[in-house]
Amino acid sequence: MPTVSVEIPPGRQPEYNYPPYVSSIKRAPGMPLIVLPQTLTERTGPVFGQGLIQERDNDLTAQHSGDPLGERIFVHGRVLDEDGRPVRGALVEAWQANAAGRYRHKVDNHDAPLDPNFSGAGRTITGDDGRYWFKTIKPGAYPWGNHYNAWRPAHIHLSLFGAGILSRLVTQMYFPGDPLQPLDPIFNSIPDEAARMRLVSRFDINRTEPGYALAYEFDIVLRGRGETPFEEPR
Amino acid sequence: MTDSRLTPYGSQTVGPFFDIGLSWLIERCPVDSGVAGAIEIRGRVLDGDGLPVPDAVLEFWSAENPAGSDSGAYPRGFRRAFTDAEGNFSVRVSRPSALPSEDGGIQAPHLLVLVFARGLLRHLISRVYFDDERASESDAVLAGIPAERRRTMIARRDEDNTFRWSVILQGPEETVFFAW
Repeated sequence: MPTVSVEIPPGRQPEYNYPPYVSSIKRAPGMPLIVLPQTLTERTGPVFGQGLIQERDNDLTAQHSGDPLGERIFVHGRVLDEDGRPVRGALVEAWQANAAGRYRHKVDNHDAPLDPNFSGAGRTITGDDGRYWFKTIKPGAYPWGNHYNAWRPAHIHLSLFGAGILSRLVTQMYFPGDPLQPLDPIFNSIPDEAARMRLVSRFDINRTEPGYALAYEFDIVLRGRGETPFEEPR
Repeated sequence: MTDSRLTPYGSQTVGPFFDIGLSWLIERCPVDSGVAGAIEIRGRVLDGDGLPVPDAVLEFWSAENPAGSDSGAYPRGFRRAFTDAEGNFSVRVSRPSALPSEDGGIQAPHLLVLVFARGLLRHLISRVYFDDERASESDAVLAGIPAERRRTMIARRDEDNTFRWSVILQGPEETVFFAW
């Protein structure tokens, strides 16, 4: 049974076992991964209809009676495949901490305030041009227990479904100029610097709304349908 | 592969707080308990120390009727489930049928499973087969798995007519995972 590198080419994806991220040590598989068959199962994937999405699902600032605290931002971009073609109908799910760095989640015990006007979750489906946008507030950094004085850089979690189940991607979008990024083992788990920096959004003055909100652009490239894994001995 | 191709973006862990962002899809999933042919799969997700993983997301995909939808806009063949505090999950899916294989034969009924969790920097992919399907004995994908590991991909029907299948992330009983 041949094994395959999970890299196309190497360094663009994290290894499963990345000891600086302590939680990976006991959860990473230890046995060789097996070549994924390329059958109807792998070449197809779920198609989500616009009917699943409700009107304010992509406006995280409009889900309560009042405005959330924090710096109002737009996050927008295109979902593309490896040939640069827009991925239409891609479901994009987003979740994040509030401006103080606190998630509305029962296991988040960070001593920072919850915001009664912020749930921190949204979703949208791309149009024919592959574009998506969210209105939200800029999330705060927060401490975590990975190592002494560990802090996560500000980030928004993103989950995407493209054309076929193998294009599935869960990632995190970061913000430009954040001094916590080079200290963060999750960010650093992607070995290739250029690949890592692609997860940093671009400040986009052209899409700001004067007097109202700043904007960040984040294009996302998904793997194509039914790619053949790149084989190499390991 | 040419230089003009774009590189797929890097994966990052789903983290521990995903249910904020991912539970809505479970809530908006049509209830299909009355549908003929629906089956339940229950199991646990365990780490390399045999400890439960209480913060995992499992996604199940069956390629049958990929263009159709269950009702409204929810895709047929797709289900998402979370583990609970003890690492247990439960999911109801339509029982999959045999599918054509690449060599003109058939594949035994199976589901593709994606596993996300805090601690997993990339998701894992496995397949689940069913122990009451004779076609599993001649399935080409299963046949390509080392014999001693095949059972990690087979759900076993218990007396309640529920299938049992667990995900062992690491160790001698480790579930078979695929590279992609």
